[in-house]
Amino acid sequence: MPVNVKIPAPLRPLTANLSEVAVENAGTVGAALEELSRRYPALKDKLLDDKGALRRYVNLFKNDEDVRHAQGLGTALKEGDRLTIVPAIAGG
Amino acid sequence: MKTAVLLGAGGLGCPAALALRDEARARGLSLQLVIVDDDRIDGSNLSRQILYTAAEVGLPKAEVAARKLGAVARVARFDASTAAALLAGADVVLDGTDNFEARFRANDEAVARRLPLVHGAALGWTGQLLTILPGRTACLRCLFEGPPPEGSVPACAEAGVLSPLCGLVGAAMARAAMQVLLGAAEAGVLSRWDALRGTERPLAVKRDPSCAACGRVAS
Ligand SMILES: [Zn+2]
Repeated sequence: MPVNVKIPAPLRPLTANLSEVAVENAGTVGAALEELSRRYPALKDKLLDDKGALRRYVNLFKNDEDVRHAQGLGTALKEGDRLTIVPAIAGG
Repeated sequence: MKTAVLLGAGGLGCPAALALRDEARARGLSLQLVIVDDDRIDGSNLSRQILYTAAEVGLPKAEVAARKLGAVARVARFDASTAAALLAGADVVLDGTDNFEARFRANDEAVARRLPLVHGAALGWTGQLLTILPGRTACLRCLFEGPPPEGSVPACAEAGVLSPLCGLVGAAMARAAMQVLLGAAEAGVLSRWDALRGTERPLAVKRDPSCAACGRVAS
């Protein structure tokens, strides 16, 4: 059973319109993003800066936990975990 | 009397202001609504900015909205030099502005004054809502450290803001503001709408002790 990554609507044009992507063999949040970016290369730049850190205006939740309050990209994942990408939006 | 200050009388601000005014009336709550916006009505706004008509294109949004709702108009830009005057006396602030700079500014100014803030945002099919009780619950910067560099994330002008979603998020902002005014705020939860699927999912957000905006605000 893989890790399930929830793709928010603004980023779905980059994942062939998939709202969920199953990622295998991802032991950490960073590894899951690596695998996700390998399959959808345009996604990487939206999530990580050029130093490989999570962008300031994007957040990730492992199940219901903000990974910034855990170990960031080093936060451990196990099979069946849900990783939710939450981008900042500003329209009104 | 309570005072609510609405920043931005656009796609979210129009339905939020209408619902808040009506709900306050229905409850017999004496509410002064202050509407802040320095923009003028454009023909392209009319589908989602429901307080305006084609005959009012070119007029200041804050004035037209305030006249229709019995509110106070402030035709002004919300920035560092105007924040103190615009937020004076507020019991709750609603942020329905349309750009990252204004949103992080609204957060920082409300947090610094310990004013409850209802943050609502929409982009394409996505809506977000977060009620912030400064010093007690997570603020926008606890969740996102800062705004993206200009041009890196599509603005609403490019990605569009869906009219039905504006009604949904705007009404939710009014509900959230009313809860603040009644002393029953539902803070610390980020509501996220996916209007493509008709779903709403909450995420609990925690304060970041090192938050640049609220980390030093005592509880
Ligand atoms: Zn904060």
